Amino acid sequence: MESKVLEHSKASEVFNKDKERVGWHDETLWFVRSKRDKAAHNIPDWELLRSTASNIKHNVLSNMHDYLVEFEKNALANGVHVHWAADAEEHNKIVHGIIAKHGVTRMVKSKSMLTEECHLNDYLAKNGVEVIDTDLGERIVQLRDEPPSHIVLPAIHLKKEDVGETFHIHLGTEKGNKDPQYLTEAARHHLRETFLTRKIALTGVNFAVAQTGEFVVCTNEGNADMGAHLADVHIACMGFEKLIPRREHLGVFLRLLARSATGQPITTYSSHFKKPREGQEMHIVIVDNGRSTQLGREDFRNSLKCIRCGACMNTCPVYRRSGGHSYHNAVAGPIGSILAPNLDMRKNADLPFASTLCGSCSNVCPVKIDIHDQLYKWRQVIVKEGYATTSKKLGMGAMTFTLSNPAIYQTGGKVGRWFMRNIPFVVNNGLNPWFKNREMPEPPKESFREWYLNNKKS
Amino acid sequence: MRVGLFIPCYVDQFYPQIGVATLELLEKLGCEVHFPLNQTCCGQPMANSGFEHLTGGCNSLFIDNFEGFDYIVCPSGSCTLHIKEHLHEEKREEKASTIRKRVYELTEFLTDVLKVENLEANFPHRVGLHQSCHGQRGLKLAQMSELNAPFFSKPEQLLKQVKQLDLVSLSRKDECCGFGGTFCVTEEAISVRMGQDRVKDHEDKNVEFITGGDMSCLMHLEGILRRQQSPVKVIHIAEILNSTVK
Repeated sequence: MESKVLEHSKASEVFNKDKERVGWHDETLWFVRSKRDKAAHNIPDWELLRSTASNIKHNVLSNMHDYLVEFEKNALANGVHVHWAADAEEHNKIVHGIIAKHGVTRMVKSKSMLTEECHLNDYLAKNGVEVIDTDLGERIVQLRDEPPSHIVLPAIHLKKEDVGETFHIHLGTEKGNKDPQYLTEAARHHLRETFLTRKIALTGVNFAVAQTGEFVVCTNEGNADMGAHLADVHIACMGFEKLIPRREHLGVFLRLLARSATGQPITTYSSHFKKPREGQEMHIVIVDNGRSTQLGREDFRNSLKCIRCGACMNTCPVYRRSGGHSYHNAVAGPIGSILAPNLDMRKNADLPFASTLCGSCSNVCPVKIDIHDQLYKWRQVIVKEGYATTSKKLGMGAMTFTLSNPAIYQTGGKVGRWFMRNIPFVVNNGLNPWFKNREMPEPPKESFREWYLNNKKS
Repeated sequence: MRVGLFIPCYVDQFYPQIGVATLELLEKLGCEVHFPLNQTCCGQPMANSGFEHLTGGCNSLFIDNFEGFDYIVCPSGSCTLHIKEHLHEEKREEKASTIRKRVYELTEFLTDVLKVENLEANFPHRVGLHQSCHGQRGLKLAQMSELNAPFFSKPEQLLKQVKQLDLVSLSRKDECCGFGGTFCVTEEAISVRMGQDRVKDHEDKNVEFITGGDMSCLMHLEGILRRQQSPVKVIHIAEILNSTVK
C-alpha cells in the first residue's frame, strides 16, 4: 500500500485548478448518465428489475457458503482448477504460481478490477512477469503508469490529445495526431501482435453461476475472448460476491448491467466460460480480501451486491468534478467510498465524507444498494474509531455545546451577527474556506426569534 | 389545528424573513401557529459530520419544544428529514416517534395536509426552482430523474398556483448544488464548482430568481451569485407563496 496519499479534498483542489477540464469531465460523464436514463426509462419494468436483482443478491449474500461450495463442485466437474485466496497477497501468489509453473514471463490481461484491487501488475512486475492490459482504456492508463480512474471507463479522465501524446511516446504514432480512428488502429496493431504471442491470459469475472460452475465475462471490445481463446492457460479472478445462483438469473443482471453502465441494451460480448477447450488449462481464483469482514458488517453488507456498472460514479456530482484518482482506491466514486473503509479505515477515512449525501447514487444503482445511507453510517463508524482530526472534534464539541443550550445559542448568535455587521473581517478573511469563493450571508439585526418576541408574542 | 413552527438555526439567525413568511402563510391558511422559544438546531450538522453520538442534547431540546403539537412544520427539507430519520431519545422514545411522524416540510404540509389548491399569491418574475436533494430524494417531495416513474412535484404544484410566475425548465433539474452541510467547507473546491455549475444552469435560462425549499442550498448559491456580482437573486419558496400577504 502507498504510505502517503493525497486526501480527497486536496486532490480535488488540484483537479479543479483546470476549470475547463473539470467542465469537460463533468459533461462527458453526464452524457453517460443521460444515456443510462434513456435506456432505463425505455424498460417499463425497470424498477421491478432493480428490486429483483437486489433480492437475488440478497439471497446470495445470505447463502454465500452453500453457493460457493456448489460453484466449486460444478467448476471442478467441468475440469477447471479452483483456487481460494484469503487476501490480495495470496491471490497474487496463486496467479504467479500458475504463471511460473508454465515458465512464462509475459501475459495478457483483460479488464479485471479485482487485480487492480490486489495490485497484481506491480507484484508480477517485481517477479519478472510483464503484463499487457489489452482493453484500450486500460492499455492507455497502463502506458501512462496510472491506475484506472473509473471501473468501466478507465481512461475517462483523458482527452484524445492526451491519448495521442501517450501513443506518440510509447507506440511511435505521429506527434500531434489525435484522430481517434488513427490512434485506435495503432493500438489494435500493437495489441494484435501481443495476443498472438502470449501463452497465458487473465480475465475478470462478471457473474459466476453456482448451478453450472460457469462464469460470464461482459466486454465491448472482445479482448477478453481473444486473450482467452488464443492462450494455452486462462486464469479468471473473481471476488466471491460475483456469484449468482442460477443461469436464468443472468436474464435479470445482463439487462441491468450495460444499461446502467453506458446506456447500451447489452454489452457487445457476454461470453460464457464453462470448461477448458482441448489442451487448454482453466483456473478460477476466488478471492475474499476483506469481503467476509464486510459481509459481517450488517450496515455495510449490501455493498457486496455491487455488479461494478459504474452508474453511481457517472451520476455523482462530486465524482464528475473530482475525477477518479482523487479517491485513491481501485474502485472510485460512491461505491468505492463505501467499500474502501473496510479495506483500510485509516487510509480511506476521508472517502465517506467526499459526498453531499445527495442520494443520486442509490437511485441509479441497479441492485439498489443504499449507498448514501452507508456513506452516512461510515462517517459515524470512522469518527467512533478515532479517525476524525482534532480540529474537527473540537469544532463539533463547541457546536454541540452551543446548540444544546438555548441561552448560549441565542446570545452567541446575536454576538456573532453583531461582529459580522460591524467588523466583517472576522469572517471575511482567507482563513474562512466559505469566503474564498463565496460571499457570507448578510447578517440581519434581528433573529427570527427576536422578531417573534417583538411582533407576535402577546 | 395547532402547528409548531420549527425554524432552522441558520434561518433564525440569518434569514428571519423566511420564518416570518412561513408563519404568515400558515396563519393565512387557518393554522394556529406557535413558535417554541427555546428551539435551537435539529443536530444535523454534527450527525452528517459523523458525530451523531453528540446530538443527544439537541434531541432532548427538540422533544421539549415540540411535543404536543398536531403538526410540526419547517421551511427546510433537510432539517425535516433529519428529524424524521434521526430523532431519538431512549427515555422518551414514544414522544420522539410521535414527533417523527408529525414533522412536515412546508410544501408537503401545504399540498398533503392542508391540500392547498388556490393560493392567493402573485409573483411576476421569471423563476428557476432549485430542487434540494434531501427534500426531493429524502422526503420524496418530487419525482427523481433517475427513476422510471411518473412525474410529480409538490413545490411545482404550489408554484403553478402563483399568478404571473414564469417557471423555467432547467437542463439538469435535480442536480445537487454542492452545499452538503460541512461539505461546503471541508470540500470547498468541489462545493464551489458544483454551486457555480448550478448557478450557470439558471442563468442560461435567464431567471431573475432562484427559489427552493432549503435556504441552506440557496445561501450557498447566493454566496456564489454575489461574489460573481450576478443580478440573479435567491428567494425561499415560502416568500413567494406568501408574496401578497403583507
